[in-house]
Amino acid sequence: MLEQQLVNGLTLGLIYALIAVGYTMVYGVIELINFAHGEVYMFGAFLCMMFLTVFGAPLIVAVLLSMVCCALMGVLLDVVAYRPLRNAPRLAALITAIGMSIFLQNLAMIIWGSRPLPFVKEALPAFFKVTALSFGDVKISWMQMTIYIVAVALMILLNLIITKTRTGTAMRALAQNRVCASLMGINVNRVIAFTFALGSGLGAMAGIMVSMFYNTMYPTMGYNAGVKAFAAAVLGGIGSVPGAMFGGVVLGIAETLGAGYVSSPYRDGVAYAIMILVIILRPSGLLGRAVTEKA
Amino acid sequence: MLELHDIHTYYGNIHALKGVSLRVEKGEIVCLIGANGAGKTTTLMSISGVTPPRQGAVTFLGEDVTRCTTEKIVSRGITQVPEGRMIFPRLTVRENLLMGAYLRKDKNGIKAGEERAYELFPVLRERRSQMGGTLSGGEQQMLAIGRALMAQPALLLLDEPSLGLAPMVVENIFEIIEQINAEGVTVMLVEQNAQMALQISHRGYVLETGAVTLEGPAADLLADPKVRSAYLGLD
Ligand SMILES: Nc1ncnc2c1ncn2[C@@H]1O[C@H](COP(=O)(O)OP(=O)(O)OP(=O)(O)O)[C@@H](O)[C@H]1O
Ligand SMILES: [Mg+2]
Repeated sequence: MLEQQLVNGLTLGLIYALIAVGYTMVYGVIELINFAHGEVYMFGAFLCMMFLTVFGAPLIVAVLLSMVCCALMGVLLDVVAYRPLRNAPRLAALITAIGMSIFLQNLAMIIWGSRPLPFVKEALPAFFKVTALSFGDVKISWMQMTIYIVAVALMILLNLIITKTRTGTAMRALAQNRVCASLMGINVNRVIAFTFALGSGLGAMAGIMVSMFYNTMYPTMGYNAGVKAFAAAVLGGIGSVPGAMFGGVVLGIAETLGAGYVSSPYRDGVAYAIMILVIILRPSGLLGRAVTEKA
Repeated sequence: MLELHDIHTYYGNIHALKGVSLRVEKGEIVCLIGANGAGKTTTLMSISGVTPPRQGAVTFLGEDVTRCTTEKIVSRGITQVPEGRMIFPRLTVRENLLMGAYLRKDKNGIKAGEERAYELFPVLRERRSQMGGTLSGGEQQMLAIGRALMAQPALLLLDEPSLGLAPMVVENIFEIIEQINAEGVTVMLVEQNAQMALQISHRGYVLETGAVTLEGPAADLLADPKVRSAYLGLD
């Protein structure tokens, strides 16, 4: 069933990629590993569920609202937790990030309880179950197709924002030289907040799609997904957006193949083994820059 | 136009500027010379709001800008060509220029500004799609100046534009600085290359360990025995 493994791996990989770009963009601008990013992803799933059940919103509205809320949550995280530490030693911000991650996980447990909840099945369009493509034994459902399309579309959009817009260019400038970026008149804090918003919105979408696909969500779901997506970002080269996309897909496929051909308890082990190998053999990642450039 | 009144700037506990006062009048080229570590860069960064002074006042066009953010200061018309040029290495030449116009909203004006930069420095036009980091030192200096002009500054701060460049290139850059000044941009120039800097300046200041020790018309400084021995390597 190699083909089916590849199809499933690609689904997982695109979702990792969506989370991984959030890690890598934030790392790119402030050199912080935002450990709370996995929790933003988890909130994406829960908030979407809440908008569907409590407010009875249509699926698309609930998804968009959840993304917007998570984007704001990312901004709030930056403003409240990280901005005051901008000039503090790196470790202080890192520990704060871990603290925020634990705080958000517990907040979710208080609001929604600690047991897994199913996705709101009734909200899903009926055609999601229909097979979109099948070749031989391999079947791709419309839900999987939707995940592919949405993930790829969002990443194309992200790329356009980063490479073509004024704010995106400012993000790249800021990542390369913060002092000089401010000398251009760039409001550094605003651009950093924008980076958090972008990454968090995409993370929320990933959380929603995962909870839809596996029909479950739980307050600790951000931990594992977060670590894997972080591994994907490292694999691609931390700080590199195309690297994170690529790393996510490679990791998703490797993990699924590992689970299928070795044994499924090794699923997570494969992801970590890849990350450790990359760190040993090619610390700058597959698409990362091997040397620091002259200033 | 610009006035620093007794400013004190610190890096943590390090007291880098110990009461610097100076002024720049509209239309002038004023140069600031001094040895390594005298506080020249710190003075410019204090004006730009990157390292705001803890005491004293900076006024620009009659307004107190001491506590303004860098964004505000740039929008009021002061831009800087920082020491070491600080080109964004992985932005193209064109993107580097556009970052200089970050606060401008007038699309046509920005386009005209870009065109103007290519006229001043034709080599930038050829290289506009190339990454900034691949330019030579001289080209990077040209790009840094072109980029700072994109904001249409009233006052341009230049930090050691001649640093590490071949004499021919330095001459070219200094000519451009004079030309920019003739077109109405007031210039404050920090230099180690005191001879050349004083030659194109109207007035000058000598900075020593965080304080101004000498000031006057550039011609007087060029003739001053202390300046001649300490900064011009003459006599
Ligand atoms: N980031 C910093 N942290 C601590 N001290 C600093 C920092 N930057 C500068 N200083 C100190 O402040 C003083 C003034 O430095 P500044 O860079 O302004 O000198 P400069 O005149 O520009 O020297 P140069 O000609 O070498 O560029 C120096 O003693 C320097 O060591
Ligand atoms: Mg200096």
